[in-house]
Parts: sequence; C-alpha cells; structure tokens
Amino acid sequence: MDYWKIDKELVKRVADNSRLKLTDEEIAKFTKQLSDILSTFKKLDEVNTKDVKPSFHPQEMKNVLRDDKAEEWEWEPLANTKHKENKYFKGPKIV
Amino acid sequence: MKDISVKQFLQDVKSGNIDLNDFFSGVIEKCEVIQEKYDAFITLLEKLQAPRSKGKLYGLPLSVKDNICTKNIQTTAGSKILEGYIPPFDATAIDRTRNEGAVIIGKTVMDEFGFGTFSVNSTYGIPKNPLDLDRTCGGSSGGASCLTSAADFPHVALAESTGGSISCPAAFTGTVGLTPTYGLVSRWGLIDYANSLDKIGCIGKNVYDIALLLSAIAGNDSHDSTSLSVPKQDYTKYLTKDVKGMKIGIPKEYFEGVNENISKIIWAAIKKLEDEGATYKEVSLPHTQYALPSYYIIAVSEASTNLAKYAGMRYGLHMALQGNFDEYFSTVRSNGFGEEAKRRIILGTFARMAGYRDAYYLKALKVRTKVIEDFKKTFKKFDVLAAPTMPVVAPRFDEIEKLSPIEVYMMDILTVAPNLAGIPMISVPAGEVNGLPIGLHLMGDHLEEKKILQVSHAFTKT
Repeated sequence: MDYWKIDKELVKRVADNSRLKLTDEEIAKFTKQLSDILSTFKKLDEVNTKDVKPSFHPQEMKNVLRDDKAEEWEWEPLANTKHKENKYFKGPKIV
Repeated sequence: MKDISVKQFLQDVKSGNIDLNDFFSGVIEKCEVIQEKYDAFITLLEKLQAPRSKGKLYGLPLSVKDNICTKNIQTTAGSKILEGYIPPFDATAIDRTRNEGAVIIGKTVMDEFGFGTFSVNSTYGIPKNPLDLDRTCGGSSGGASCLTSAADFPHVALAESTGGSISCPAAFTGTVGLTPTYGLVSRWGLIDYANSLDKIGCIGKNVYDIALLLSAIAGNDSHDSTSLSVPKQDYTKYLTKDVKGMKIGIPKEYFEGVNENISKIIWAAIKKLEDEGATYKEVSLPHTQYALPSYYIIAVSEASTNLAKYAGMRYGLHMALQGNFDEYFSTVRSNGFGEEAKRRIILGTFARMAGYRDAYYLKALKVRTKVIEDFKKTFKKFDVLAAPTMPVVAPRFDEIEKLSPIEVYMMDILTVAPNLAGIPMISVPAGEVNGLPIGLHLMGDHLEEKKILQVSHAFTKT
C-alpha cells in the first residue's frame, strides 16, 4: 500500500470525521494540494529510524503531580456562551 | 512625545520625569495611526488599565499576540471561530508582565491559530510591512513585528512561535525576535496550535528589550506540566559580555537554496563576529532536509486534536441550534475555520488515522529524534549556530497569492528544525537587500539563552 497517496474519497471521509462540511470544489482542491504536500513529505521514508525512539517533546518530560488540594477559581462558566438555559449550557439535539 | 529607548523610558518613569497619563494618551493616538496605516491590531484598547505595580516594566506599553489569553479582553487567535471570546483569566506570561507593571495596549494580528508564514490567513485584517506596504510582515506573529517596526514609542511585544512564527516576522521587519527554549515560558493561557512545539517569546526593537521581557516571563509555572524547573533570572546581565573565545558553528545545509545576496550578508555578519574575537567553523546537520516534513506532520497532527474542541457551544462563534449535534458542530466548524485551518485539520486527522499513524505521525516523531541528535552533537563543540533566518526577503502580497500550500510551507525550511528541537533562537537584523531587512539567526543549546543573547548583543551594538 502506498501510504503517501490520497484521493477524493479519503479526503471526504477524513473531513466527515473532523466534522467539516466541504463542497465538491473544496474536496477537489484539497485532494490536489494534499497530494502535492504528501509527495514532498514522502522524503521521510529515506531516514532509517530502526530502533530510534520517537520524541513526543523536544526534551524528555517527567510527569508532574501536585497535591490533591482544591484551588480557588473565580469565574462564570456561562459568561461566554449564547446557548444557555437556567444554569446550564444548551446544546443541539443528541438523538 | 519623544521616541526614546525602552531602557531610557523605564528610567525616566521611575525617576518621575514622565507623566504616564499624558504618555498613554499619546500612545493610544499613535497606535490608532499605525492601525490605520498598517493593520497591526485585532483589538486596540481605547482605555488602558493602570500599571499593577512599580516593578521592572513599570509603565511599559506591551502588545500581545492574539492567541495569548488576556482577562476581559477579546482573544481570538485570529480565528472567526473564537470571535467574541472574552477570557476570564490572564495567561501566566500576561500575569507576570502585569505584575512587573507592564500595560497592555492591544492584541496583535496573526495567522489563524498560527497557521501561516505571512499573516495573510487572518480573519481580522492583514498587517502590511511598514518598510514597504506591498509586502508581508511575516507570520504568524505578523501584527507583533508590524507594530514593533512601526512604533515610534517605547514598546515590547509578546509573540509566539510553533515553527518559526517569531523569527520569520522579526527578519522581515528588521526587528529582534527571541524564541525561548521549549518549556522555559509557561504555556498556561496560550491557545494551543501544537502543544509539543508552542513557545511564547518576544519581539522588540533591540536585544536589550527582549532580554528584559524574557526576564519577566520565564520560569517554572505549576499550571503548565511541560514548564521546566528553572530559576528566574535577569537575562539583561548577559549583555555586557563580548564574544571573545566563542565558538560559532555554520551549518552548511542552511545556505542551500538561499538567495545569494542574503548569504553574502550572513557571511559578512559571521566575519564581523570573528573580528570581535569569536571563531567559526562550518558544520553539517545531516537531517536538516527532513525537518520540514517531520515538523509539519507533528504540528498538524497536534493541531487537529486541539481544534476538535471548537464546536460553537461554550464560547466564540455561535449559530442557531439547528439539526442534531453532528450537523450543528459541522455547520459551526465549516463556517468558523478558514481554509488553511481546514487543510491542516484534514492533514492532521489523516496522519493520525488507523493504518496511517505509523507511517506518518510515529515516523515524524522518530525523525524528530534524529534532528534533535544533530543539534545535541553540534552543541558539544560549538556555543552557537549562525545562519540566515529566512531564505528570501519579505515577499510581496501578489507573489504570496501565487504560492501553493506546499510552496508556503517550504518558506519555513530554515526555522522548523530549531523549533522542532525546542532550542532557543534569536533573529537579529544583519543588513539589507534592496532596502529590505535580512535576519541573522543565532541558535543555542537548550536553556542557553544567555549565549545567543550575548552574541546578538555584541553583534548589534557596534
């Protein structure tokens, strides 16, 4: 399988997964642009990464834990929403 | 109101020679003129808050890139999907500068979420280069560099870099940009682009200004688990030293494909440092050519997960609650994200998909290890690395329009490797080609800010 190939169906599927509605023109345009990008990125295959560890961060990070104590935090969670009712966020229909 | 240096201004305020009320009225007027001419701001404050203290930045005007949260001041990250978002808190970097007495004057324009190299991917205006209005200020911190270049009053800018978003705009506008070591400045309150790459940093008119701002914002923060345990320090103290005995490495890969006139200026800069007592030698960083694909795959993968939270529910863009949740979220996201954001979400989601993840995301992270190892090996022999910041001068907007997405990404070829490795870097003006500024890029090992500050200062003071 050639991992570096992308077609319209795949772009459409990924867009749906990402909750993006694309027009047919956008799908065609993105497919072309992403194909160009991937054909350049294919270069990564040249690097021998056998036994190389992935770097999730630039330097090794350690887990940081704090004491399990509540901190005071004054703010109004609903201040930035337009969709609210009583003291609740109001969302779209689930079913 | 005279244009004086930040250093002079802070002394004058402290000794009572400047009336801050008069000064701030003047600053607001000047910013309005700058905004009219160059479009540097997304939000320009009409009324400024009084300084919180008489600390080390007492009274100093501070502009803030719009992806850094500011309490009660709209913060959009340049995106329509965050239009109207008013953070209920200050980012740590904001809190620290305000604790030192800095005064926020406004929020600067950026590419949406940092997705760009020319600040043309913004919903809120495109900053124009004060040196040539037909040209870009660079990106993604284009508003910050625009304002710093245009301001004829003391000011410093808080900016942010993921893959070059401080160095590039600094180089294109003839300003000084510092990207600190990853983790030196807390990301608490920064709107994420890519968590393992984002760094808050500074843009200023000279090396002293950025060293001063870094001294205020650097240091451990318990709110950010990736924040390094480093004691606070005064970075301006490194600016008194010369470069005698400093070893400078010149990575040969960083001159490939670079405009010849730019290379000449960078070599002249290296000779100048040699005249001042430094020594230099060419070196090779063999994985440089792989840094660009590695960077972009990691950055878009992280971005696509970060952007999943924008759904028109709790803040930012809201639309009529129609359809089921899938339809509503898709409608809001399709309306709220710009084209480059959509492209990166799709590419990032693709790179993390079952069946593709190992070939893309994991491979990119392994190549990142090789890029980091190149730097680590080199810094065993050298104090700093010197190279051009950008391969070209600031392009014209009509040239930018013709570029395909991959051609735009290629512009970051010299800045992505150090950003991927999380090492500190400074771009300082080194000369001009046809009246347009060229940046010299100085890179140091992790937490060696002092060395790049020392060299930048020695280079720019004479």
